[in-house]
Amino acid sequence: MATRLAQLVPAAQARGLTRAFAGRHVLDGLDLRIEPGEFVALLGRSGSGKSTLIRVLAGLDREAEGAVTTADTVAIAFQEPRLIPWKRVLDNVALGLRGPGARQRAEAALTEVGLAGHAGDWPLTLSGGEAQRASLARALVREPGLLLLDEPFSALDALTRISVHRLVLDLWERHGPGVLLVTHDVDEALLLADRVLVLDGGRVAYETPVGLDRPRHRDHPDLAPLRAGLLRRLGVVNPEETV
Amino acid sequence: MSSTSARSPSPLSALSPMAARLLSPLALLALWQAASATGLLSERLLAAPATVASTAYDLVKDGTLPQAIEVSLQRVAIGFAVGAAAGIGLALIAGLSRLGEHAVDPPMQMLRALPLFGLIPLFILWFGIGETPKIVLLALGVAFPLYLNTFAGIRGVDGRLGEVAEVLRLSRTELIRHIVLPGALPSLLVGLRQSLGIGWLALIVAEQVNADAGLGHMINDAREFLRTDVIVVGLLVYCALGLLTDSLVRLLERRALTWRRGLLN
Ligand SMILES: Nc1ncnc2c1ncn2[C@@H]1O[C@H](COP(=O)(O)OP(=O)(O)OP(=O)(O)O)[C@@H](O)[C@H]1O
Ligand SMILES: [Mg+2]
Repeated sequence: MATRLAQLVPAAQARGLTRAFAGRHVLDGLDLRIEPGEFVALLGRSGSGKSTLIRVLAGLDREAEGAVTTADTVAIAFQEPRLIPWKRVLDNVALGLRGPGARQRAEAALTEVGLAGHAGDWPLTLSGGEAQRASLARALVREPGLLLLDEPFSALDALTRISVHRLVLDLWERHGPGVLLVTHDVDEALLLADRVLVLDGGRVAYETPVGLDRPRHRDHPDLAPLRAGLLRRLGVVNPEETV
Repeated sequence: MSSTSARSPSPLSALSPMAARLLSPLALLALWQAASATGLLSERLLAAPATVASTAYDLVKDGTLPQAIEVSLQRVAIGFAVGAAAGIGLALIAGLSRLGEHAVDPPMQMLRALPLFGLIPLFILWFGIGETPKIVLLALGVAFPLYLNTFAGIRGVDGRLGEVAEVLRLSRTELIRHIVLPGALPSLLVGLRQSLGIGWLALIVAEQVNADAGLGHMINDAREFLRTDVIVVGLLVYCALGLLTDSLVRLLERRALTWRRGLLN
């Protein structure tokens, strides 16, 4: 709701973003814009710099060059849930929350991800999917204008992954953050995102909008050409490009 | 004969494992008592268990032992408090900032190489033979394991949790309170157990060197009168006190580290 007011301010914007490690450019003049409330998926080969980009947008990397602006509140769910092991699940979600009713908001967020019954548990006793959902709750409870998801589903089994996909879409529709989801899974990107980007050579080398209503089915005929295009860009199925 | 033993289980397996483990110590005790009673083991070398027991009773009754324990416990308490405060305090300074590390860690690493008990002559020269050198020895013995373990614990806290704190916009104080200190706690507790072990040892050595009261004094006195029974009582009390503090730390560990339970069972 609040995002409607801020319609003109993008959830994230990067211009000429450059990051080098030991002289090797991982990000090289990257341009990116994520509209408020837009769901963007980011694909790219391993080592192409996806996590590096996420870290820059999250403000965790101060050595990148270029202009970056983001929404005021940025939240992130890492690939591993990174819950604080010595804080109970509810305290993890409430950690750093300010203002009145912080605890109630944390409880509500846990309820949203279906973990109300685990509020008092220690994180180490949660299953992988539960921990990932707790990590999502911790990110969403901050009502972020930009939600960064760095392959948060890759460690989940296929069934859990489907239910967490639904959950993420649900939460996204309800709270309306701009989302940047990093994934290795082309189908996942096509099922969830408004727009799919491919990171290559340190830039957004390819992008395609996905104009289908949700929920989508992976067998939808319109997705096939998009999938083929993305896979070709990723160098997976084009025999001419194999070395 | 062999057929009966095959059918009925051996008498040992009828006992609980706990009781089975008690058997050999009890047998040794009986052997010791028998050796003393037959005169094989002279009273001047080692008193009989029964004598030790009755001496312990007498020492408690006439107030000698409680008073000695009180004096020694007080030394340990003061030395431990001073050493723990110094060790943990310095570890926080060194662990929480680079400047602090450069200021504190090099001298600590150098001092750590000094043999603790080799310092006694210097301490006597510096502090005389009163309470001060004993407290200093104890405090030093306690401070180093706590310093080293706490410092390592702080530096070993998972940097990825530090990133979580950063994206959750925790203040520096919150970072220290919610992430760094609880993360260092397991190592601190390891250090605590080590430092208690060294602390008791330092007490015993310090009290041997010179003492006009306390357990060490009681033992030294007994040596002059060839009272091996009193010496053994003193040793047993040291032993019991050491075990007691160790189990206190274990209890503390269990309470403070409940979050690990998920890992353990
Ligand atoms: N702190 C660092 N120091 C040195 N090199 C780094 C650092 N962080 C990342 N890199 C390098 O930058 C490149 C991009 O890393 P990044 O983690 O962004 O890849 P990625 O696209 O997220 O890969 P994956 O899909 O495997 O997670 C890699 O070659 C990596 O070795
Ligand atoms: Mg990555």
